[in-house]
Amino acid sequence: MDVLSRLVQFDGTRLLLEQQFVQSALIASAVLGVLAGLLAPIIVARGMAFAVHGTAELAFTGGAAALLLGFSVALGAVLGSVLAGLAFGLLGLRQRERDSVIGVVLASGLGLGALMLSLYDGRSANKFGLLIGSIVSVDSTNLVVLCATALLVLGVLAVIYRPLLFASTDPEVAAARGVPVLLLGAVFAVLVGLTTALAVPVVGAVLVLAVMITPGAAAAQVTADPVRATLLSVLFAEVSLIGGIVLSLGPGLPISGYVTTIAFLIYVGCRVVGHRRRHHRPSTVPAAPADHLAGRGSLSP
Amino acid sequence: MTRLDLDAPPRTRAAAVSLRGARMAYGSRVLWDGLDLEVEPGEFVAVLGPNGAGKSTLLKVLLGLTPLSGGEVRVAGRPVRRGSSDLGFIPQQTSSDPQLTLRGRDLVAFGLDGHRLGLGVRGRRERRRLVDEALAQVGAEAYADAAVGRLSGGELQRLRVAQALVGDPTVLMCDEPLLSLDLANQRLVSHLIDERRRVAGTAVLFVTHEINPVLPMVDRVVYLVDGRFRIGTPDEVMTSAVLSELFGTDVEVLRVRDRLVVVGADHDDARGPRDHAHHVHPGHQGH
Repeated sequence: MDVLSRLVQFDGTRLLLEQQFVQSALIASAVLGVLAGLLAPIIVARGMAFAVHGTAELAFTGGAAALLLGFSVALGAVLGSVLAGLAFGLLGLRQRERDSVIGVVLASGLGLGALMLSLYDGRSANKFGLLIGSIVSVDSTNLVVLCATALLVLGVLAVIYRPLLFASTDPEVAAARGVPVLLLGAVFAVLVGLTTALAVPVVGAVLVLAVMITPGAAAAQVTADPVRATLLSVLFAEVSLIGGIVLSLGPGLPISGYVTTIAFLIYVGCRVVGHRRRHHRPSTVPAAPADHLAGRGSLSP
Repeated sequence: MTRLDLDAPPRTRAAAVSLRGARMAYGSRVLWDGLDLEVEPGEFVAVLGPNGAGKSTLLKVLLGLTPLSGGEVRVAGRPVRRGSSDLGFIPQQTSSDPQLTLRGRDLVAFGLDGHRLGLGVRGRRERRRLVDEALAQVGAEAYADAAVGRLSGGELQRLRVAQALVGDPTVLMCDEPLLSLDLANQRLVSHLIDERRRVAGTAVLFVTHEINPVLPMVDRVVYLVDGRFRIGTPDEVMTSAVLSELFGTDVEVLRVRDRLVVVGADHDDARGPRDHAHHVHPGHQGH
């Protein structure tokens, strides 16, 4: 009971919500939620969950290197994750090969990052923040960078969205129709890398999957409509992020545990709803091709 | 190179597909050379041959994905181009993840404008109308809103036909579209293709291992074997003499009722259609 009451309390939540740094964190999360929510369904469709995980670990490596060398952590994270995203993106859609390469790169990146953090003599909160996230890491400069990056990602996405969806869900026919499947994969990987780099300081490298994957995976449980799935995914990401921050304020604990728990509960809820729906209302009408043919019998030669 | 269009016989309509002296080679390995083929609007051409004979490569050339090593290729009178709306493409049936957020109608809409940049917000109503029409033509309205990963092979291939035809192509290219379908669905899908070329004059290039499911529809056969090829009507090409010469070994072609059985070639063309267990409709297997 003691633990529970420590985890959920609202003493001072109101006061904290008036603070500049909390408001910055909320704005950052709202922007992040839109980006992650938009990308998540395509990440899920492309089977890129592990690649996102790898990308996040390399954002951590880049951030740790920046901390040690004394330049901007955000910039380090962006460099690390975009490079990783590009490398993973160029590996294409061949799952098995890609998975092992990601595993190799992820492990070495994580090890390297841990080593660099041990060499760093500054505040330990900075170290921990990279791994599990921290809302105080969002200051006004970060906010400007974040919004600019978000606009860039949204702009590119608006241009390539249709062929990207085609290439991600129906790659063979997309290639036959002249869609540059590999190029789009690489561009998408960079978008994922940028978004991951933005997410790492807020939710932490270890928990990035909660905002980059879970909302998309949850939406896929309840709808097959790609547009509706994307809208739901954005909604789920926003609820997880904003809800997680607000809940974490009272207890004064890191936000990541709250964000991931909300995201997970949404996912479980969606699975239950999806399962029920399929059982009560079968999505596939048992087709009778014979009837159709019979109805058009006159057209048979 | 020096051949001019003046050599071509005068036509009122451009040939749907025109290959002149087409050559395809990887290094010293020649897939085919000196291939001349004019496919008329509404013509149904089956492309046969063992694995590795260059059947799919021929489709890739026409789709503008692979350049010829030599010669000339035109589709609807124009040089080939990636993503040309003159072409529709039906792939082999492959199942996808049931969780994939894609409905039948989305798959069909890809055939219309999936390759174009942008969000596709403009022209939504027109797209919806065309997609609905295409869905109705293949009788797929009932499951148009279901996830494609939850459909049977036959249902999916009917959507593939709609996807390929929704853009109203001049040429329909099919890469083993009946593979792993049961008999009833093989008949259904091939009839949908046949119907379209009769009604709309769409030329059909049909790559297949098994000619029997489409034998009644085939106007001409392009038979590729090891760098050699033969083009003609099924009666001209599917004979013991021609196939023996192509394969360089004794091949016998037998006609059993309305199907062809090829004995002796190291391939599996003209074998009876495989009957996969799912979705069997006993009432429609009557051959």
